[in-house]
Amino acid sequence: MKKGYKNWGPPLLLIAPTIVVLGIFVYGLIGANISVSLSNRNSLVPATEFVGLDNYFALFAEERFIHSLQNLGVFTVFFIGGTMIFGFLWAWMLDKGVTAEGVFRSVFLFPMAISFVASGVVWRWLLNSAEGDRASGLNRVFENLGLDFLQNSWWNEPGWGMAAIALPAIWQLAGYVMALFLSGFRGIPEELREAARMDGATEWKLYRYVIFPQLSPVALSALIIVGHMSLKVFDLIMAITKSIYQTEVPATYLWVALTSNDYAKSATIATILLLFVAVVIVPYLIYTARAEKRQG
Amino acid sequence: MSVSTGLEKKPGSTETSRTSGMPQQSSIRVRAGLSRTAKYVLLVLFLIIVLMPVYVLIVTSLKPPQDVNPATSWGLPVRWPWEPAFEGGPTGFDNWALAWNALSASIGRTFLLAIPAALIASFLGAMNGFVLARWRFPYADVVFTFILFGMFIPYQAIMTPLVQMKTSLGLPSDVSTLLVVHVIYGLPICTLIFRNYYAGIPHELMEAARMDGSGMLRTFRSIVLPLSLPGFVVTIIWQFTSAWNDFLFALFLSNQNEGPVSLALNNLAQGAQLANYGAAMAGALLASLPTLVVYIVLGKYFIGGLMSGSVKS
Repeated sequence: MKKGYKNWGPPLLLIAPTIVVLGIFVYGLIGANISVSLSNRNSLVPATEFVGLDNYFALFAEERFIHSLQNLGVFTVFFIGGTMIFGFLWAWMLDKGVTAEGVFRSVFLFPMAISFVASGVVWRWLLNSAEGDRASGLNRVFENLGLDFLQNSWWNEPGWGMAAIALPAIWQLAGYVMALFLSGFRGIPEELREAARMDGATEWKLYRYVIFPQLSPVALSALIIVGHMSLKVFDLIMAITKSIYQTEVPATYLWVALTSNDYAKSATIATILLLFVAVVIVPYLIYTARAEKRQG
Repeated sequence: MSVSTGLEKKPGSTETSRTSGMPQQSSIRVRAGLSRTAKYVLLVLFLIIVLMPVYVLIVTSLKPPQDVNPATSWGLPVRWPWEPAFEGGPTGFDNWALAWNALSASIGRTFLLAIPAALIASFLGAMNGFVLARWRFPYADVVFTFILFGMFIPYQAIMTPLVQMKTSLGLPSDVSTLLVVHVIYGLPICTLIFRNYYAGIPHELMEAARMDGSGMLRTFRSIVLPLSLPGFVVTIIWQFTSAWNDFLFALFLSNQNEGPVSLALNNLAQGAQLANYGAAMAGALLASLPTLVVYIVLGKYFIGGLMSGSVKS
């Protein structure tokens, strides 16, 4: 008994502060959030009674909230699609030995070092919705190139406008996906490729049966990371458009609810966001833990 | 010991080594040459597209308001800042002066926030990572997953009660509150990075120390910490960058007069109309400078932190 304590008592003691702090500030606050979402704390008045899932039903009955979910859906599809396509393309081109590879790599990755607020400044300018003579930003480029039909009002449109917000997000994170894919490509043993070539595999078959299967864990990681970032998108929207209806997503709607002291509503939106992220992340964490165990 | 980013090229993986020694027909060679040229053209094109916002930032920041015109908005400044201004009006430098006045105080505060946040979270992360990598206590994996989950949650999920907690405890709306918050929510990623890092240190080193009769804390201090510099560089850069670039916590927990640079920049930028985008652009450049310098000087370690975000690094 004493020996057991001596063996794992000290390590537990070292790690205990972190466990306690995260227990309170992650799990405790998530619990507190859920309990606020089940209450009628819709104003500064602290008098609180339990109302069950009423806030959730009310939220899903709101056209505004459904619209924010649709916006999030459009953004997510374009953001994931764009980062995966460009990330893969760049990694694929750089993998095959390119002069000054480091320069290309560094440039493709650098937007990752900049805050969404700072990049929001320049992208608000680029995605200016004015057209024709008053056009600036990207619309001005189309105007000058004679591609007038490409001019559009970008995010300033409730339907597909969110696809425009995905542009700066892709600009910032495609390089990250590139880095992930590049490390995936570099992890494929050269012998595997050689063996496939010896067997007379065409270039396409080499990719289909050797390279793509080897890259799939990396692709999954990229998909999960970009996907969960997409669900949390907030800074970029606030910086480019502030919180307006056209670009509202659950995270910005939460900000509106919280600043008007509707704690129950902001907590309800938060719980829904958490569930979305958990659906993506929890299976991934379990899968990773298992994969690690298998490796020993 | 160095940090592997996984991006290094392995010897013998270049195109030439693959095709060398095989008899080449000239048509194949021409085709290969063409596709090679096409690849470089495409890469340079992407390079230009990625750098385009930087061009816009710099050029626009140098244009005084009276020279701003949608038709020439992509062009170089009509008058450079060192040239005499139109009718003695403001020059491009005035954009920068305006931005500096609006941001300088908050830039100072953000250094006071980001540096300690990075150091404290890194140190705690090193202790945790050491324990989790080396001591197989019961349920160590469960504890690790318990810690890791905090890295992925949307912070909105804890924001409502956190704001309520801050109000009821009467905590200040300045960077000191944000410092505590960034340390707490930085613990998971720092722990992860150090756990992976220490898993790569030879076991014998630490076993030898235990046979020697030195305690765990002494092992950590005298053997592990001196080996940990590369790990610290990665976590400090990561933490510094995320605290510097954070907007979410800043917006919910601090105010414009006492908060970090992201809040001040957003305030400066939200006032921008087409005519005075110059100051906002200059501000965006100023606010990005510290993280950009870190990226340029310590890029390899920066990527190391990025890659650890994918759990299996």
